[in-house]
Amino acid sequence: MKRNIASGIAGMVFGFGLALAGMTHTEKVLGFLDVAGAWDASLLFVLGGAVGVTLVTFRFVLKLHKPLLAEQFVITKDMQIDRPLIIGAAMFGVGWGISGYCPGPAVALIASPNWELWAFLPAAIVGGVAEKYFAFHRTPLPEIKQDEAIVENASESSCG
Amino acid sequence: MTFTQFLPALFGGILIGTAATLLLWLNGRLAGISGILWRSFFAKPGDALWRVLFLIGVVTGAALYYGLFDDAPVAREHFPAWLLIVSGLLVGYGTSLGNGCTSGHGVCGLGRLSLRSLVATVIFLSVAITTTFVVRHVFGVL
Repeated sequence: MKRNIASGIAGMVFGFGLALAGMTHTEKVLGFLDVAGAWDASLLFVLGGAVGVTLVTFRFVLKLHKPLLAEQFVITKDMQIDRPLIIGAAMFGVGWGISGYCPGPAVALIASPNWELWAFLPAAIVGGVAEKYFAFHRTPLPEIKQDEAIVENASESSCG
Repeated sequence: MTFTQFLPALFGGILIGTAATLLLWLNGRLAGISGILWRSFFAKPGDALWRVLFLIGVVTGAALYYGLFDDAPVAREHFPAWLLIVSGLLVGYGTSLGNGCTSGHGVCGLGRLSLRSLVATVIFLSVAITTTFVVRHVFGVL
């Protein structure tokens, strides 16, 4: 129960942060990605602020024996730079560069939906769920590759 | 542009990082939106509710901001719907195949110094910059 409440609160902070940062405004996102236009540096501050925090806090958190409310940290041990990573990141880059939406802002925008969201979000869910479905049926056993694998000690996670 | 114009972006980013810290510190989970969302459709009992509540939290947090600051985004008038659908399919499929998006690889992965995530972030950022250039300046879609 506590874990579920914690998850909801973390989500709220995340969503407020996304909206405040301007990430749900495609003109700001594309203004950053469009280096040939009137460049908007805002996203640099968003990423800088977010990674600035996680770089510091994750060091301490991942040194803990276990999370405060759960049994273990669920973090990938995967360190390989493989084809799915590269192709997946590239496909995501094309999609993001077309519309200016990435998954977080698209979810946040449910709070104030417009017609763009009803075209983008269902398509994104179809794409994401289809890929997971194919993946689970391609490789029956090590079914969950990335964020479900468990790290036994924190040193592995710091370079994985 | 003066620095104060970037303060909302900076504070928003700090909140995103704080939320990721909370989820990892309290629940031991990485705040990667794509993974949380796609996997919620396949989650085993007991692994589903935290995902749904996190996503509802994201919507609630954004609603709070839009309500407080009256700053909800307005849709582009002439942006083609089919391009949004193509973009959605690519974003969904790509983030699932590459196991992460801006939050999972960008915010969380870079925060834990993951080389995988650094490579992914460099790829999706540079590909996105190239794509935006082509869409806006070659095809003239705005």
